Amino acid sequence: MTLKHTLKTALIGLTTNRSRSLLTILGIVIGITAIMLVVSLGAGAQALILGQVQGLGTNTIAVIPGREPTGPSDVSALYSDSLKIKDITALQNKANVPDLKVVMPTVFGAGTAAYQANVYQVTIFGATEYLAQIFDLKTNNGDFFTSDDVLSRGDGVVIGSKVVDNLFGNDDPIGQKINVKGKSFKVVGTLPPTGGGSLFNFDAMILMPYTTAQDYLLGIKYFNRVIIQTYTDAQVPATAVDIQKTLEDSHNITDSTKDDFTVQTQQDLAARLSTITSALTWFLVAVASIALFVGGVGIMNIMLVSVTERTREIGLRKALGATDKDILTQFLLEAVMLTAIGGIVGIILGAGLSFIIAVGLSQGLGVNWTFVFPWSGAAMGLGVSALIGLIFGGYPASQASKKSPIEALRYE
Amino acid sequence: MTNIIEVKDLKKSYYDSEEPTHALSGVTFSVRKGEFVAIMGPSGSGKSTLLHLLGLLDIPTSGEYFFDGKNISNFSGDELALLRNKKLGFVFQSFNLLARTSVLDNVKLPLSYSDVPESEWEEKAKKAVIAVGLGERMHHEPSELSGGEKQRVAIARALVNDPDLIFADEPTGNLDSKSGKNVMSIIQRLNEEEGKTIILITHETSTAEHSERIIRIMDGVIESDTKVKNRLSIDSDYVK
Repeated sequence: MTLKHTLKTALIGLTTNRSRSLLTILGIVIGITAIMLVVSLGAGAQALILGQVQGLGTNTIAVIPGREPTGPSDVSALYSDSLKIKDITALQNKANVPDLKVVMPTVFGAGTAAYQANVYQVTIFGATEYLAQIFDLKTNNGDFFTSDDVLSRGDGVVIGSKVVDNLFGNDDPIGQKINVKGKSFKVVGTLPPTGGGSLFNFDAMILMPYTTAQDYLLGIKYFNRVIIQTYTDAQVPATAVDIQKTLEDSHNITDSTKDDFTVQTQQDLAARLSTITSALTWFLVAVASIALFVGGVGIMNIMLVSVTERTREIGLRKALGATDKDILTQFLLEAVMLTAIGGIVGIILGAGLSFIIAVGLSQGLGVNWTFVFPWSGAAMGLGVSALIGLIFGGYPASQASKKSPIEALRYE
Repeated sequence: MTNIIEVKDLKKSYYDSEEPTHALSGVTFSVRKGEFVAIMGPSGSGKSTLLHLLGLLDIPTSGEYFFDGKNISNFSGDELALLRNKKLGFVFQSFNLLARTSVLDNVKLPLSYSDVPESEWEEKAKKAVIAVGLGERMHHEPSELSGGEKQRVAIARALVNDPDLIFADEPTGNLDSKSGKNVMSIIQRLNEEEGKTIILITHETSTAEHSERIIRIMDGVIESDTKVKNRLSIDSDYVK
């Protein structure tokens, strides 16, 4: 029997029991839909997170004090004051880090800001004049502080949109004095809302020169984070190594496992976040696969019933010259077609649902969630559903092919 | 004339329960090419078992079976399937047509397992359907046909691959007498006009008298093997 005709025969076999075929593939449809949904939403979440991380610029490197704990007894917090101004000077030396474009020490802390009777809980963020450039910030009123302000511990601050709303309401904040931790500061600029989805939320921040923040507000001599930019993305890995060596020299460390700082590139961070979202996605896929397995068992059950019901047909086909292989192929193809159709329906349904969810998320939550059609998930879904047909259809099909023609013809 | 069937001491036992059942206990006979043989016997006599063995649907416990001069004892399942497809046609008491499948597609079924190219299926199937007088009903489904018509579809299906030998297992058993006679006339015509060898299983003497020779089976052995003296002619009782 030609494959084309076997296909036709299998299709006829399925359509004669249309409602049963539909119910049978439901399990596969649900399973594949779930997998598609998880993979598509996982890819969307990954794209969102990576988009935000890379929004900082993939040529950015961060140095944070302390090292990643290697165990519960590793008290990395001990080194939280390890980054000092001499490190910045060392990093700025072209002989140490040739590809360094900008280095910006930052400090942060919490505090309360007050203007007249209004009080608001804020994050104090101390940095340099490069702040606007590195984080791609623009004021909607006024200007950023300058390098002179950084040197002279100036009292000019830039405030986020929520700080403006809570302290000033509809009044113009530019030039006004606000009180933070008992010290008086002058508002020189304001930021537009950055949106809720951003990784760095500047809305509730007060930005000021790090020198001012260190001396007047936080009372510290170290930095919470040093941000470095290279000229190109390609310079990042080599520069990360240069930074590590420079800081080890500056801290007199010879064994790099004892480093009291961590160099983190945006690329590392992106890769790490990708790994986490991927792991989560695959975990959910594994859970959704249970539905597929149950669907497969349903297929096997129905195929066994179908083989018993069609015993006479099998006997007749054999009497008319069908070989065991012909019968096996016919029933196997029926099962594979069932599951493949279920797979295709599931792929369309899953993609459609995740598209709706993507639109809902970006409009409802205001985040920049893009719909990702998971080609790999679709290909895998189709492959897996066909495979389920082969596996769970295999036993019923072999039962069918083993029927003796006379037993089959005698069957009432 | 050569023998299309030669069986020697053919035996078949079933071992379903602890005691073996001897359905056939040594049967020896031969059938010439073009002969019309009726096998008669009461139920349980072994005539169905004999048909299954002769029709290559079952394998004998012992004895030899030469089909068309070839000893088929060593044939594989696939080789037997090929022989059934090319050389044999079956007509069953209960028709065994595929439901929800048109007359034409039912008749095409044996072709789908043959090496006949698909382009010729339509023509061959139509020819067979016309030959049994159902040219007007080609696209009907079995549920829309009378019993006699269903059996004629089954005959067309048995004919479509131009077999040498047609087995008819109680072909009139489920039919009223008029349709039964009609079906028997078609079968006899196939024998006399097309030279097909026919092996007919029946328990009705009137049906058996369409044949040239009657083999009576009783308790798994041949009781008698006689020529039919007053053979019915094709048109003697043909009712259109």
